[in-house]
Amino acid sequence: MRLPSPAKSRPVRAEQIILFRVSGQLFAVSSASVQEVRSVDTLSGTTKEISQPSLRKVRHIVRRGENSLYVVNGSIHFGLPASPAALVFVLRRTRTALLVDGIEKMTTMTRLQALPQAFCHEEQDWYRGLTALDQTVVPVVKPEGFLTPDELSLLDASQMPAGDLPTNAASPSKAGPTPAGDEASLAR
Amino acid sequence: MSPVADTDSFVLLRLGERRFAVAAVHIAELVAPSRIFRFPHRTKEIEGVILRRGRIVPVCDVAEKLIGKSLLSRRFYLIAQRRYTSQAEWVALPVTGDCELIFAEMMPAGDADMPHVAGWLSHDGDVIEVLNLAALTPGAGLASASLPAPLAQEVRP
Repeated sequence: MRLPSPAKSRPVRAEQIILFRVSGQLFAVSSASVQEVRSVDTLSGTTKEISQPSLRKVRHIVRRGENSLYVVNGSIHFGLPASPAALVFVLRRTRTALLVDGIEKMTTMTRLQALPQAFCHEEQDWYRGLTALDQTVVPVVKPEGFLTPDELSLLDASQMPAGDLPTNAASPSKAGPTPAGDEASLAR
Repeated sequence: MSPVADTDSFVLLRLGERRFAVAAVHIAELVAPSRIFRFPHRTKEIEGVILRRGRIVPVCDVAEKLIGKSLLSRRFYLIAQRRYTSQAEWVALPVTGDCELIFAEMMPAGDADMPHVAGWLSHDGDVIEVLNLAALTPGAGLASASLPAPLAQEVRP
């Protein structure tokens, strides 16, 4: 009664990832998904506070030209104890800026295992999968998983002047992606 | 109608004072407890994952469902195959004692039995529940009997 030996691994393309912490918990994100890394201090002049009682994880919005980014508190999103965030990741091709404690390191993963199907709730939307690094298992986050289309619609609707509210709030696809930079930049 | 009896092999597992059985064909191996890696999720039945031979295997404590309390100590993880809609995957079930391979006749479960009961068998004077892992562990769907062997599903990094 033994597990069959894992199939011989094929050469896979390595992917550069950023290991970061939220409330002390380690996560990974593809570095290609991170457009900018900024200190939270540098955001203070460009953010506007918003209040959406049903969505406590978003308390600020960042205006960038015609686009707006919703600042997601990673601790609340993952249901972790509150912790002071030092950095914010602007996630490429999303409208999310993610508050995190800090960066652990940048490294490379060569294998990403899909999240086991036993995990059958929101986490299926949160993670691309799991990777094993240095005998530790790290969840690899899905950048588009921090705000669902419904949540984006709710946030967009909350930003419209009361008289301008459409019967159906703008869908996130209509809002369009954020401008993409070439590489993740580290602006601290 | 008299129930049909199947003679087959089963693995007996112990949870506290009670014993349960799983069809041996669904068992991969019995391993010593190893480090559980935990990360945020919303599936309360899953404690975390273990690393086993390069695979990431979820740990599912079924004791609360079966004996009404979580295990305070565990002696082994029984790694079993759980069938999902499209494929089978491994799950690690914490157990409190040695496991035993037996051959027995299983009486299929009746309508009044709980969904996690696949059937019953008699062994050493005890009547023992044979577990239906698909009903006992979280995740969607049962699958047909002719599923491919479990593989760690890899996604392209």
